[in-house]
Amino acid sequence: MQFGIFTVGDVTPDPTTGRTPTEAERLKSLVTIALKAEEVGLDVFAQGQHHNPPFVVSSPTTTLGYIAAKTEKLVLSTSTTLITTTDPVKIAEDFATLQHVADGRVDLMMGRGNTGPVYPWFGRDIRDGIPLAVENYQLLRRLWREDVVDWSGQFRTPLQGFTSTPRPLDGVPPFVWHGSIRSPQIAEQAAYYGDGFFHNHIFWPASHTQQMVEFYRRRFEHYGHGSADQAIVGLGGQVFMRKNSQDAVKEFRPYFDVAPVYGHGPSLEEFTSQTPLTVGSPQQVIERTLGFRDYVGDYQRQLFLMDHAGLPLKTVLEQLDILGEEVVPVLRKEFAALKPAHVPDAPTHASLVAAADGGHDTTVHAVDDVTGRTVEPATR
Amino acid sequence: MTTRTIAVVSAGLSNPSSTRLLADRLATATVEALRARGDDATVEVVELREHARGLADDLTTGFANPELQAAIDTVVGADAVIAVTPVFSASYSGLFKTFFDVIDSDALIGTPVLLAATAGTARHSLVVEFAMRPLFAYLRAVPVPTGVFAAGEDWAGGGSTALADRVDRAAGELADTVGGRPAATRPVDPFADPTTSFEELLKGS
Repeated sequence: MQFGIFTVGDVTPDPTTGRTPTEAERLKSLVTIALKAEEVGLDVFAQGQHHNPPFVVSSPTTTLGYIAAKTEKLVLSTSTTLITTTDPVKIAEDFATLQHVADGRVDLMMGRGNTGPVYPWFGRDIRDGIPLAVENYQLLRRLWREDVVDWSGQFRTPLQGFTSTPRPLDGVPPFVWHGSIRSPQIAEQAAYYGDGFFHNHIFWPASHTQQMVEFYRRRFEHYGHGSADQAIVGLGGQVFMRKNSQDAVKEFRPYFDVAPVYGHGPSLEEFTSQTPLTVGSPQQVIERTLGFRDYVGDYQRQLFLMDHAGLPLKTVLEQLDILGEEVVPVLRKEFAALKPAHVPDAPTHASLVAAADGGHDTTVHAVDDVTGRTVEPATR
Repeated sequence: MTTRTIAVVSAGLSNPSSTRLLADRLATATVEALRARGDDATVEVVELREHARGLADDLTTGFANPELQAAIDTVVGADAVIAVTPVFSASYSGLFKTFFDVIDSDALIGTPVLLAATAGTARHSLVVEFAMRPLFAYLRAVPVPTGVFAAGEDWAGGGSTALADRVDRAAGELADTVGGRPAATRPVDPFADPTTSFEELLKGS
């Protein structure tokens, strides 16, 4: 099972000091947090994509590429990549490039984005969210899998004889997860392709997560990718920990009370009882997280949201220390002991290459129209 | 004989409230009207005051707490709804509107609804027509033609049966609308296997 963190890349004032980090500070803090994640033994760092304030993550592969250069093992992912408003050609190019520079430590999570005004800025309409996700993702798959693509669709300008470069590393496209809080069509899309399904699992009661995952698993089996319990499931989660649970509650409450998304609403106690949020000791987080399996089954990836709501970098790094040193090692052991042998791990580049009978270079070499000569392929 | 479920939504704030009083009279009259037409009926009352904080929380979080969710399920699953609000600042109260804001906009499609309002003065009597009726038109519910408005003087009576007559007429219209319909089907399960195949979605249909 993979453990990691995901960030939405928000710039939020620290409510206890009133101080707002600069964009530069926030972007650098994302890098620091990612490096810390690797240092404390986490597997995955996933970053969001937004094109409006108060977010700084409009160019995910820039930061992920930089992090790739500074890390050895960390899998770089997204939370989420906006498949609705981003040109699928650009996604194909950016993430194939990232695959090459990161030696395959790359996967993606597709999401639609729920900010209405962003869509028209990119010539789209939020009411087309699902059809955009369906059409754009189908094109993205072809761009990664077919060297030369002829394509026309409803939303994007047509492509004739188009080759997306670079070709995916070893001829194996990155693994894709699809994230959705409440749209069964997206779980259906994930099931149709045999891709992973990720539930944010933060904002809403666990019963919503359970319904979506159950549906995805049933449809995954329907489409013949394996039995329902072999479907690839990822969950989010939100925790804040201190040695003594009272200290955790006391320290986190001012951030919770005014947090974007759910602040100024229910109390911390109500929200922790109604959603998967856990604020307490490391042991409480371990117990609550192990309980996720009771309603989604054996799953492959657990990501925690750690840096948000204006929490200072120092606090986030302390949280990552606790997560990596006290929580994840126990979770790894316990989840592994519970998982039946026929339930697969989350796909990685290495496992996908192995499944494809070994990688092969798929560079497409240009042919000179006049001389008919091709560039000599480099010997590998 | 079919047993119908009537959900009563009352946005009254005081106890006792004239809004609840009117809601109860409408419920009783509707049950009697249904019985006269050969149907049995049960009444479930949702007092919105009990969900005031839950409704505000739902606005901030996007989900209902368990108590509010139970109330929403009651209303959404009913064969008919009796919706009663006090008039605040020339319209339905914010609490009343918030409840219908947090219900899915397609959850009451085709549901027969009886609209009613209370106020201190008869000068607000058209609130049912210019505020409530458009709201339920938007929700594509089926409001019965007679809306019932009760001002302070209606409770004095003075030998007039005007309010009682309106209550009976509206209840009769609601019973007529409910009668002969199939029992309420719960909202379509979004997690049922899809009726549109993914291949069709891919073709843009």
